[in-house]
Amino acid sequence: MYTYQEFDRAFVRDRVGQYRDQVRRRLDGALTEDEFKPLRLMNGVYLQLHAYMLRVAIPYGTLSSQQMRQLAYIADKWDKGYGHFTTRQNIQFNWPRLIDTPDILDALADVDMHAIQTSGNTIRNVTTDQFAGAAIDEIADPRPYAELIRQWSTDHPEFQFLPRKFKIAITGALEDRAVVRAHDIGLQLVEHEGRIAFKVFVGGGLGRTPVIGQELTDRLPAEDLLPYLEAVLSVYNLAGRRDNKYKARIKITVGAMGIDAFRAKVDEAFQRLRAEFSGQDLAVLGDIQKGFMPPEYVEKSQDRYFDALDGDSYFREWVERNVFAHKHPSYASVTISLKGHGDTPGDATAAQMRAIADVAECLAHDELRISHEQNIVLPHVAQADLPAVYQALKSIGLATANIGLVSDIIACPGMDYCALATARSIPIAQDIAVRYESREQEIGPMQIKISGCINACGHHHVGHIGILGLDKAGVENYQITLGGSAGNDASIGEKMGRGFNIDELMPALDRLIDAYLMHRLSTEETFAQAIKRLGTRPFQEALYVVDQAA
Amino acid sequence: MSRIKAPVVITANDLLSGEVVYLDASHRWSIELSAAKVFEVVEEATIELDAMAKEADVVGAYLAEVLVGASISPRHYREGFRQRGPSNYFHGKQTVKGAEVAA
Repeated sequence: MYTYQEFDRAFVRDRVGQYRDQVRRRLDGALTEDEFKPLRLMNGVYLQLHAYMLRVAIPYGTLSSQQMRQLAYIADKWDKGYGHFTTRQNIQFNWPRLIDTPDILDALADVDMHAIQTSGNTIRNVTTDQFAGAAIDEIADPRPYAELIRQWSTDHPEFQFLPRKFKIAITGALEDRAVVRAHDIGLQLVEHEGRIAFKVFVGGGLGRTPVIGQELTDRLPAEDLLPYLEAVLSVYNLAGRRDNKYKARIKITVGAMGIDAFRAKVDEAFQRLRAEFSGQDLAVLGDIQKGFMPPEYVEKSQDRYFDALDGDSYFREWVERNVFAHKHPSYASVTISLKGHGDTPGDATAAQMRAIADVAECLAHDELRISHEQNIVLPHVAQADLPAVYQALKSIGLATANIGLVSDIIACPGMDYCALATARSIPIAQDIAVRYESREQEIGPMQIKISGCINACGHHHVGHIGILGLDKAGVENYQITLGGSAGNDASIGEKMGRGFNIDELMPALDRLIDAYLMHRLSTEETFAQAIKRLGTRPFQEALYVVDQAA
Repeated sequence: MSRIKAPVVITANDLLSGEVVYLDASHRWSIELSAAKVFEVVEEATIELDAMAKEADVVGAYLAEVLVGASISPRHYREGFRQRGPSNYFHGKQTVKGAEVAA
């Protein structure tokens, strides 16, 4: 992991001090809400439906056990004993009091964390593959580049008032687990002539205008990363619309300009900017990379692991669903499901956070990751330790074997918390998970993603089944999209037709899933594959068969 | 958004805690919708809103439509969630009424 230097620590402490003074001035009336709001947002403090919300950055989803324990401490001391992990690999606390937020930020600074640029029209937390540095299909660890981008973009004077927020995702693996083409800039690490390079996508994004990012260049040398990003951002900063927030994202700029014209402007800016980068960025990158060396792998007898596989069917099922291949042959990566049936997707209690931290510290080289699917990952676990990890997780109710299945649902907070939402997401996710618990192994891989409004924080556009909650004449109503994908074949789902009221939704999903089970060629053909083969028509008919009968 | 229709109440969030509050008949902010002053004329509510919204101890005051019968209830489900709290946990107003709002 990257270790904060004195500069980082002083910077974060200074920001907390500034913010503490801003809160004091707000409370004594020296600042109006209009004056204070942009200041609190710069520090991740939102006002939601019932309370303030603090969004804390987890850079590229990487945490130490010490940091996880501090999040638990914050949850207990200043919130309601839990936290919500988000699709941007961050954590949100839903109930802090404004007056406590400076103390919370100080507590975060104690463990080298902050909430800077988790809001506002700035470059947000860079997200990446949750298996970075461990994945068997990885070309190189993308996190040093993500950290370099974090340092470059934090408080970058030119990019604090962009036309709109700006999200960057980066993957270093062959399989895209970071949904890079649904980001303003997506970076895919590739190898070109024996050297690291980047395929750069631009203009992706979900929200009210979902767009899959277009390729800007297919072989950007790694050493040109920052000047090239600066070129893209500077073109967007000048050309992006500021008259209409719904048309202000870079996807609209690229769409209006056309990818070729946009590329030409970026290339022009890049030629100018590259000369301004003295190479100091590469020296910094070199230092950063030293912090991301692989752990010291330990060879252990695997007898207990194989014994457990043979003797415990629940453990075997958990290994099949939640354990992923590691680049080291006797290691594995473990996904801890935060999707227990009936639970709130992405939520963890303080007790669970502490227990997970203990497992990470004792059995997983002290590393944790947050996935954009709102689960927690132990990236480096010796296979010999998998039975112990499983038992530890089972004892705190976190051994649900459902990764990639129906109940492994992405869901935004929706109208239970979010001031922007038009309908609830969480109860829909809970109902689906409970409803299909006994059938999900039979149904097989299926990604359901739920958003409580058109802003699509729940990634519904790229779900195999996407569910979008809307307000239809004062009633919660849920639109279904089918055929989306978040992987290498990223695609936007197709809207099926009229939405369903809450009491119609589960029967409609029953018909949809029954249609899949009826149409699939074998148990080997997944839902996504069946839709690719058949198109959405038979599934659309299943959804609306009731309408046709009426 | 469609034009707001009476009856309405004035609602906001408490500056310190963020909790949902309602303006009552004595021009104080209450955590109880049942205590809210109900306006039968939107224009009157708007005048009061403009005056009260400048208060330093609340944030984001606006008019919310209500139904008035034996009690006051929110017209829209969003306001219903604001009045009760989230549906996934027994948190918010449905648990500790008033404990989180500064006196």
